[in-house]
Amino acid sequence: MTAEQIIFFLTAALILISALMVVTTRNLVHAALWLIAVLFGAAVLFATLDASFLAVVQIVVYIGAIAILFIFAVMLTRRNLLDKVSQTNAGWPWAAGISVAAFAGLVFLVGQMHNAGAQKGEVSGDPLMALSTALVSPDAYVLAFEVASIMLLAALVGAVYIANRK
Amino acid sequence: MEFLTDPIKVVYDWLLELFLGWGWADWVAVLVIYLLGIVLFISAVMVLDILLVWVERKVVARFQDRLGPNRVGPFGLFQPFPDIIKLILKEDITPEGADRVVFNLAPILSLGSVLFLWAVVPLASRIYGVDLNVALLYIVAAGAIGTLSIIMAGWASNNKYALLGAYRMVANMISYEIPMVVALLIPTVLVGSMSFVAITEAQANYWFVLVSPLGALIFLVAAIAELGRSPFDLNEGESEIVSGYHIEYSGMKFGLFYAGELLHAFTFGGFIAALFFGGWHGPWAEQYPLLGAFYFVVKAMLGYWVIMWVKYTVPRIRIDHMLAFNWKFLTPLAFILLMVTAVTHRVLLDAPTWLYISGMFLSNVLLAWITVEGLRMQARRKREADVSAEPAAAD
Repeated sequence: MTAEQIIFFLTAALILISALMVVTTRNLVHAALWLIAVLFGAAVLFATLDASFLAVVQIVVYIGAIAILFIFAVMLTRRNLLDKVSQTNAGWPWAAGISVAAFAGLVFLVGQMHNAGAQKGEVSGDPLMALSTALVSPDAYVLAFEVASIMLLAALVGAVYIANRK
Repeated sequence: MEFLTDPIKVVYDWLLELFLGWGWADWVAVLVIYLLGIVLFISAVMVLDILLVWVERKVVARFQDRLGPNRVGPFGLFQPFPDIIKLILKEDITPEGADRVVFNLAPILSLGSVLFLWAVVPLASRIYGVDLNVALLYIVAAGAIGTLSIIMAGWASNNKYALLGAYRMVANMISYEIPMVVALLIPTVLVGSMSFVAITEAQANYWFVLVSPLGALIFLVAAIAELGRSPFDLNEGESEIVSGYHIEYSGMKFGLFYAGELLHAFTFGGFIAALFFGGWHGPWAEQYPLLGAFYFVVKAMLGYWVIMWVKYTVPRIRIDHMLAFNWKFLTPLAFILLMVTAVTHRVLLDAPTWLYISGMFLSNVLLAWITVEGLRMQARRKREADVSAEPAAAD
């Protein structure tokens, strides 16, 4: 087993355990903190795939902004909201069945892919440079990139309009 | 002589040979050497941190016309050690109703988020932790973990003052992150890389403070806000919320927050030096990296001194002023500066160096002048409107 595989299995275990804790813990702030552990694990996975930019952006955006927002929102709710309420409802066997089916389907689909189980591809040169040129190159992702920018701009304008309304 | 030109490599080769001689596997030897390097580096930084306690107390004393610590050792140099002994001996209190795990995790993350930064600090031409190609974003990410530690401390303390302090601090850090990232983009645009090593190496002939003085200033202001130091120390606000998010921490747990804050300030002094003041560059620094490391620490200390100077001179500002200053002034200015820098840089790219530097400098000065004039006109309009509104109100 190579060092990379060891790191992958440790990180995967961290992600899965934390993800389980997110949905099972009764304390909402703890759930948010476990979610941060999941996101951090995802960042570690990006880093082992040589996607340093995505790894760092994952932490800046998801932990630095979105998770903090979650914690703020949770703090504004009552403390230990779910202490007395049952964590599941009558439909849980259905949800579990659908989840298992979806997971099995995903595993099947990934197994069908021709490069399943392959090693990560070699990136020639600076991966960051390759990513940035791909984002603005007409042959690659420039359309998706610009559409995302326009969507964010629209959200920004909308937020300003709502905040400004007297 | 080899040691003087490339100390890290010499030590690395020597250790590798030694470990391989003991019959260790290749990867074990490399792993142990890296671990040793990390432990030694962090220890060195923490020892420096102990010294910073003395520096901070001595400098604040001078600013406030006092003597500062002068009893233990020459010039009070050994004062931090009694401080540490006192912190260790203090009772470790966990408040009732506190969330134990999160409460204890917060100070560790707080200091950790600062130690993370040292992985990318370019101490000298061949002395640095790693040469990340996203180093500038990495320091923002480490700042995000610092924000997280503060909100964890504030929430887990089960104390309304701690929570209020954490809220203020997080509002502060999240908003000032934006001008900071934009200010970080300016060296990125100038060099075409986010790596600290590349940015420092690009300043061999001229420092970026000449090319972008306004960028350096914006970065300094945003850094001070990110550090939560005066005038942005609303998180502590002793007269309002006692002492903010670390109110419930005692002994060494408080010590970790305190050590983290001091080291954070020094580290940002180092970043200002690396980004805008040439980093380790100086006479003969290229040949002798240890000399470069010395230059770097001196420049970082100067940056740290400026941060202290601001802290102990300027009074705390109100929270609405702080947020308005960021969103209505600093952020737009940073974005405009980024655009002006990018355009001027592109236009003058092929010009001779003297023309390039003076052109960039003038564009910055022009932008600063326009900003100041605009602010003055706005203030005058507001004053006149107030004057003309007053008689009407009197009627």
